[in-house]
Amino acid sequence: MTNNLIVAPAPHVQARQSTRSIMRDVLLALLPALAVSVWVFGAKVLCVTALAVTSCVAFEYLIQRFLVRGPLTVNNLSAAVTGVLLAFNLPVTIPWWIVVIGALVAIGVAKMSFGGLGKNPFNPALVGRVFLLIAYPVQMTSFGTDAFTGATPLAAFKYAPVFAGAPLADLAVGRVAGSLGEVAALALLAGFAYLVVRRVASWHVPAVIFATMALFALCTALLRGWSGAALWQFPLFHLLAGGAMLGALFMATDYATSPMTVAGGVIYAAGIGVLTMCIRLWGAYPEGMSFAILIMNAVVPLIDKYVKPRRFGVKKQARR
Amino acid sequence: MKTFPIGGIHPSDNKLSAGRAVEEMALPDTVTLPLAQHIGAPAIPRVAKGDRVLAGQLVAEGAGFMSANIHASVSGTVTAVDAIVNAQGLSQKAIVIRREGDEWAEGIDRSDAVVRECDLAPAEIVARIREAGIVGMGGATFPTHVKLAVPPGKRVEYLIINGVECEPYLTSDHRVMLERGEELLVGVAILRKALGVDRAWIGIENNKPDAVARLAELAERHAGIEIVPLRVKYPQGGEKQLIAAVTGREVPPPPALPIDVGAVVCNASTALAVYEAVQKRKPLVERVVTVTGKGLREPKNLRVRLGTPVSALIEAAGGMPEGDVKAINGGPMMGRAVVRPEAPVTKGCSGITILSGADAVRREASACIKCARCVAVCPMGLEPYLLSKRSRRKEWDIAEANDITSCIECGCCQATCPGYLPLLDWIRIGKQTVMGRIRARATANGPKK
Repeated sequence: MTNNLIVAPAPHVQARQSTRSIMRDVLLALLPALAVSVWVFGAKVLCVTALAVTSCVAFEYLIQRFLVRGPLTVNNLSAAVTGVLLAFNLPVTIPWWIVVIGALVAIGVAKMSFGGLGKNPFNPALVGRVFLLIAYPVQMTSFGTDAFTGATPLAAFKYAPVFAGAPLADLAVGRVAGSLGEVAALALLAGFAYLVVRRVASWHVPAVIFATMALFALCTALLRGWSGAALWQFPLFHLLAGGAMLGALFMATDYATSPMTVAGGVIYAAGIGVLTMCIRLWGAYPEGMSFAILIMNAVVPLIDKYVKPRRFGVKKQARR
Repeated sequence: MKTFPIGGIHPSDNKLSAGRAVEEMALPDTVTLPLAQHIGAPAIPRVAKGDRVLAGQLVAEGAGFMSANIHASVSGTVTAVDAIVNAQGLSQKAIVIRREGDEWAEGIDRSDAVVRECDLAPAEIVARIREAGIVGMGGATFPTHVKLAVPPGKRVEYLIINGVECEPYLTSDHRVMLERGEELLVGVAILRKALGVDRAWIGIENNKPDAVARLAELAERHAGIEIVPLRVKYPQGGEKQLIAAVTGREVPPPPALPIDVGAVVCNASTALAVYEAVQKRKPLVERVVTVTGKGLREPKNLRVRLGTPVSALIEAAGGMPEGDVKAINGGPMMGRAVVRPEAPVTKGCSGITILSGADAVRREASACIKCARCVAVCPMGLEPYLLSKRSRRKEWDIAEANDITSCIECGCCQATCPGYLPLLDWIRIGKQTVMGRIRARATANGPKK
């Protein structure tokens, strides 16, 4: 009988989930929104998404292979997730070369230059999106398709800030102009629910973002003296419109760029909610979710330094 | 249902041998009795090579208070009092006895009759426990007589018996509670008397409903013993976690001890050993050991004489599987990998777990993705990712400021890490270094007033 006696320190139990299985779950969770996007904008959605994913994976591979010369990690699927999220932030009419540039910024600048997965302070897909938004503002905000032309609901509101009710049902199912993946609120929620059930994501951060945004919108509506249907439709409009769903559910919850504790996550999420609403209501851009998340990403190291979990045996949280 | 307040995980429990009644293990030809099977000073040998000894006879005496007696587990001839290599691969002094027959020392009652009455004074009870060499049998091996010596100024309010057995695979406490419940409860009553407390709680995880029911039924005849079913969650059997689960009180961070919240915790098998020592004058020379693993033909629970080679137990359960194997002294969460299977079973060995195939091999570590699972599951409310990183970078001050000494080494962080990072390996190094630095500081500052 032959056997190979192995010795290692405890614990001898290993996790059921791996980085790869987590990323695979995130990809699965994004599928419903992708399907809705194809329904709304047509098959070109698949071309944009495929190009974004291919570019992200290729850039990560090339950088690791030829620049960093470190271990290859593309098979952990994290670059693929970044690719899908980047695509979800682009309009369907985007020229192909802009997609490639976005992928280069997301993977090359935002991720690999900081040391790769887990070490990036900012959400790579969002860095890519914001770079493109600033560099190619025209191409990034042309949402015209056969089905929908003209301004997004948020932009329409920006230009004519008299709230006259909103096509809430259209927003929920995604029959509006907008980026690929941000239009389908319900599909995004369904995908996120899958992640919660699989214990890949926790609901705290999105819940606090939504609560903060809704509260902010409600207060604004009250201050403006609105009443009736507009009073409750206004908060709901802000949750469903623009990138709120995609951002809160799939961008703000990114592991590497969000806090390590539940309490820290609440602070971070509340900050995102407030900043988003401030930019939407008073900023230069119609949408503020991307900027809000990136700004709060920058605060995360500080939050993690000062917001500690409650230690066992210590009742008061602040001890030092 | 009660449980502890922070963190915890749910590993697959794999209690393969839960339904197997305890079997008597065939007597070994030789036993090896290490002089240090407990926390504290190694015992001092009282026999020499060539001496004839009887089972239950004292062969090594505790060296001072923080130590424990050791008794011959078989009758025979001492063939060596010398260094051996123990299960962890470390050199250690031990007494080796070649077995001849099975003769027992005078005065030990080996009958099955349950002796319920105990008229001894608390001091006499503690003396018998000390004499019998009893230590914590859940794995910690803290001498029981030391635990029962309550420091002046402290008051015991809670006696808690640990029947949690939260380690996956292990079933020895479970079987002891089911099969020896009556004696165990007498042992609990004796411990209660020794500590001068009115009530005792037996904490049992709810994955053992038969043990909960059996002990609850038996406890009706014992005033002041309450069975507390607990929600299944690892590491509920950790001393601090169990105290919090049962009483709601949290032991403050080190150097505070359970006694600071008025609690004394004893393992269920230890309570049985206390019964045998006090009522039957039987020293700690045998114990129930679970031999288990998916690759074993016949996982089972064995009553084993201390000093029996681990390899003999594995043979009794069907033999080591082929290919990659890991033999663990204890369970897979906190047990220590066996380097040398010929080494002996000791007082703290509640099980031998054999992991085979892919279960035996650590997966390759990748990067930390900051998923925060380790923070969420840490039952001490620590930040394992941070402590691990600081330890790796030798940033001892930061590790200390982040309470690394509170780590109980339960392994929840590492067992839940999707990057398979060796978090606890680094934290152990950091914790030991920081504790050394704290001791050095205390010495440098001179004795405290």
